[in-house]
Amino acid sequence: MENKLLVSYSPHIHDDSASVQRIMLDVILALLPAVLFSFYLFGIGAIIVTVVAVASAVLWEWLIAKYLLKRQPQIWDLSAALTGLLLAMNVPSNLPVWMILVGTLIAIGVGKMSFGGLGQNIFNPALVGRVFMLISFPVAMTSWPIPLKSRMHYLDAVTGATPLGVIKEGVRNGEKISDLMHQIPSHMQMFYGIMGGSLGEMAALLLILGGIYLLIRKVITWHIPVSIIGTVFLFGGLLWLMNPEKYPDPLFQILTGGVMLGAIFMATDYVSSPMTPIGKLIFGFFIGILVVIIREWGAYPEGVSFAILIMNAFVPLIDKYTKPRVFGTKKMKKQN
Amino acid sequence: MSEYKLLTFPKGGVHPPENKLTADLAIERFPLPSKVYIHLQQHIGVPAQILVKPKDRVRTGQLLAQAQGFVSANIHSSVTGTVFKIDEIYDASGYRKTAIVITPEPEDEWVEGIDTSDDLKADIGQFSSQEIIQKVKDAGIVGMGGATFPTHVKLSIPDGKKCDILIINGVECEPYLTSDHRLMLEKTEEILVGTRLLMKALNVDRAVIGIEANKPDAIGKMTEAAKKYEGITVQALKVKYPQGGEKQLIKAITGREVPSGGLPIDIGAVVQNVGTTFAVYEAVMKNKPLIERIVTITGKDLDHRGNFRVRIGTMVKDIIDYVGGLPEGTGKVVLGGPMMGKATKTLEVPVGKGTSGILLMRREETKRKKVLPCIHCARCVTACPQGLEPYLIMSLAERGIWDKAEEAHAQDCIMCGSCSYVCPSNRPLQDYTQFARNTVMSIMRARKKK
Repeated sequence: MENKLLVSYSPHIHDDSASVQRIMLDVILALLPAVLFSFYLFGIGAIIVTVVAVASAVLWEWLIAKYLLKRQPQIWDLSAALTGLLLAMNVPSNLPVWMILVGTLIAIGVGKMSFGGLGQNIFNPALVGRVFMLISFPVAMTSWPIPLKSRMHYLDAVTGATPLGVIKEGVRNGEKISDLMHQIPSHMQMFYGIMGGSLGEMAALLLILGGIYLLIRKVITWHIPVSIIGTVFLFGGLLWLMNPEKYPDPLFQILTGGVMLGAIFMATDYVSSPMTPIGKLIFGFFIGILVVIIREWGAYPEGVSFAILIMNAFVPLIDKYTKPRVFGTKKMKKQN
Repeated sequence: MSEYKLLTFPKGGVHPPENKLTADLAIERFPLPSKVYIHLQQHIGVPAQILVKPKDRVRTGQLLAQAQGFVSANIHSSVTGTVFKIDEIYDASGYRKTAIVITPEPEDEWVEGIDTSDDLKADIGQFSSQEIIQKVKDAGIVGMGGATFPTHVKLSIPDGKKCDILIINGVECEPYLTSDHRLMLEKTEEILVGTRLLMKALNVDRAVIGIEANKPDAIGKMTEAAKKYEGITVQALKVKYPQGGEKQLIKAITGREVPSGGLPIDIGAVVQNVGTTFAVYEAVMKNKPLIERIVTITGKDLDHRGNFRVRIGTMVKDIIDYVGGLPEGTGKVVLGGPMMGKATKTLEVPVGKGTSGILLMRREETKRKKVLPCIHCARCVTACPQGLEPYLIMSLAERGIWDKAEEAHAQDCIMCGSCSYVCPSNRPLQDYTQFARNTVMSIMRARKKK
């Protein structure tokens, strides 16, 4: 033939506005304001933790794909870089480098590659790494540098408790919430992000802005973030109404810890979340319930990571029972 | 657009760039080619039985091959000339099929009784329902939106069923294509007469002409012309692919859903494309068989795009040569639109009754990209207008688990391609869903026979 023509099934055009790489890049861009803000708050430690986490996650992915699975590494889909970044957002800024390396190895190696790589993991890889670290290095993972205090220090940064930690410890010792509230930042400070905690638990404001960007780019839908934050707010509020001296107010519940980060960036991970809007709402609802249960009655002051991981395991079940209605089958609507 | 209340189907759909590059170009008559290649099967069903042999002289409009059985369609000569040979020629499906090759004479000599003038004939009084259906059958009319299902079959309502609404499909939701759009602008009155004929054939008193909101001129013109006739209205529809899918169109206009595995007539609806409706007008009022159709020839790099009235059997190559030849960098030639059309491997393929357009695509705009793993983003699930889970059906089809594919309703796929279009991992979802659909349907048929 003089001019060979391509032959394939339809469709012959493709929507190039969304690719795996572009989606991952969008999530990274959406996280960027919060990342930069953590650099401002925690200085050199935050920069070291973030760079090491991202670089090592990509390196582990490359090494495992090439030498263990013997296949073409796909580091340019940016999914490993995103996992590394999310992990960094979930740890304190004074975490030693070797612990970060262990954490990213577990996240990528166990959380992702052992299941078959991109798209196959049952659990959110970054959270697998984070929870592994929390259990293995309980002290290092719960010593929180105080924001703006020691920006030029890394391992020797001055540490303090998180607002959630203060409340949990205080209530356990029989103190009243109204007294404890004086020991922690105000709600407004929390909203802007001036409090102790992991890198990415800081600015609710910036995380919400990132979430809005993801909504506009149609990377995520509103269902999971709204159902998680809404449930934490309502369930937390219910407890607060019952006993305001024992349970913190609902605004405190959603502004502290990893609720914003988890609801907007972690629970919305495609692979480990349900497919349909109803499934997403159910998923988010139970995460919200679990977060509050763990916070108020569990051993840890914070429960977002555990709540998301537990619900990850239910995703296949949720998907099975929330299938979309097939056109022309039961549940007909009104006709004219 | 605020003056119209726009209707649409409720779930799924995508918004591919419209690229209606030929919307403003009036229909031109395409010159007689040096040979025409008329396939015996240009419809769904049984191929027609050939009536002529080589060296026979045939006239324009003469019956060349007779429908065999109920689901089949007559084939007529689109030119006056001599039968050169009977040969196996590629058709849009990519297979060689029997075709009658005719060498045309420069002047048409029409079969007597055919009115070849452009005068409008609007008096439908004298025809009965039976006569209309018989004339449609004689004229070899099939669905011209691309499905090519014989029209007389669709008009013959089975016992026990009743039709209460006729829907004329002027949606043309496929990007690039404009043949229906031009027809509605230039043959407005004829389409309305055709609509009335179809209403009479079906014995219904209500017809709705559905047009996508991106054709305000056609909506305006058709609405104005329809005012004269009781029972015919024009409904503007939201621009969303696949708005012109039969099931989606019925749902948008009536709120009714064709049941899974059923036909539109099960819920009292019959849908006909505007091109078909115009052909019905010509067949009944002018005694003219289906020997030509409007074809959009388009592509981003083509200088002489257009909407041509082409004789059935004209080679695609002749049409492309006429508009200046294949542009540099052309990677794919699609018969039909970019979402559901068929890519042809050769230009030596004739225009058939279902060829709505010829689309020349640049190599880089149509070349498939590297397939990545499914990341469960649910875009295919959101896009599917049929409420299916294409990612799941693909994975079942890859592993050949057909019972599960049936449970997942693969057989309800309408092959609109929305799933493949949106997939960020470039997965061939439509390829596999189509494979699953066909396999499951043949299993279901075999089970029924037992």
